[in-house]
Amino acid sequence: MNTIVAQLQRQFQGYIVSLYQQGYLDNQFTELRKLQDEGSPDFVAEVVSLFFDDCAKLINDMSTSLERPDHVDFKQVDSGVHQLKGSSSSVGARRVKSVCIAFKECCDVQNREGCLRCLQQVDYEYKMLKTKLQDLFNLEQQILQAGGTIPQVSMN
Amino acid sequence: MALKDLSSSSSSELHVLAVDDSFVDRKVIERLLKISACKVTTVESGTRALQYLGLDKGSSGLKDLKVNLIVTDYSMPGLTGYELLKKIKESSAFREIPVVIMSSENIQPRIEQCMVEGAEDFLLKPVKLADVKRIKELIMRGGEAKEGLTKSPSPKRILQNDIDSSPSSSSSLISSSQDVSSLDDDTPSSKRMKLEPS
Repeated sequence: MNTIVAQLQRQFQGYIVSLYQQGYLDNQFTELRKLQDEGSPDFVAEVVSLFFDDCAKLINDMSTSLERPDHVDFKQVDSGVHQLKGSSSSVGARRVKSVCIAFKECCDVQNREGCLRCLQQVDYEYKMLKTKLQDLFNLEQQILQAGGTIPQVSMN
Repeated sequence: MALKDLSSSSSSELHVLAVDDSFVDRKVIERLLKISACKVTTVESGTRALQYLGLDKGSSGLKDLKVNLIVTDYSMPGLTGYELLKKIKESSAFREIPVVIMSSENIQPRIEQCMVEGAEDFLLKPVKLADVKRIKELIMRGGEAKEGLTKSPSPKRILQNDIDSSPSSSSSLISSSQDVSSLDDDTPSSKRMKLEPS
């Protein structure tokens, strides 16, 4: 049984490290993990879930604003990007945040085509992250069910 | 001093009012504060914050409300964090309550503006546990940092802090030895301005 736990822990460790190395996550995600304990075992999952809901909604609203070429509400888009950048920063969603930075630049110069590309990219990135984190949380659950503890991962 | 009001609250728990229009950020700040043994009330806007404090509709504030610290985002629709700060400092009931501003943007004139208006500190988002611990320490010590505080912070000092990019060297009056965010220090999460003359 110990071997299974150790294996799962190694798998978890490898996976989360790869997520950092591939730029999906940054230090803020580590900070969030510090806030999780026995009293709040699902904190990170809850926060990222809120974040993904936020992404879906903001992307949808921005998509509507960008829809008609002759009638783009760049102010609304800018507001959406700002919010998305903020929340991605707060959860450590590094790639999503990077796209938001590029997205803001397109918005600033009222480049609709650029905005549409960024919108598509941000949609892709948040969904990708969602899948990756789901896999990570599944690994956590497996560790716990096998009677183990979830490793705190140091990224230095 | 806000700490005097702790007599009627349970133990020595700080009661913090956190104001942020982002649902995600509210959840994070709430957890950061709770894990730092604070009682937390979160609201989604400056207007709601004023309502909570009883400062809306021209009234002068709820007498029995015990709030020891207000933490507010700067950029919010409607009432900004700065405007909220001003209203709090204008009220006789709540002007002694320390107010901390949070922002995702490191804009020096903005920071100055808030400090001049009486903000206790300015935190750069994303907020980390070390930031909250530091603020809590500051509040618990009764804001002794305020001694010798000048109304207009020296711009030179602010620039100095900006150049110091590691959190440990950010001219902090109170050294937070338990800085847990040591994993990477590319961006300081908070700037503590040394406002009294050296």
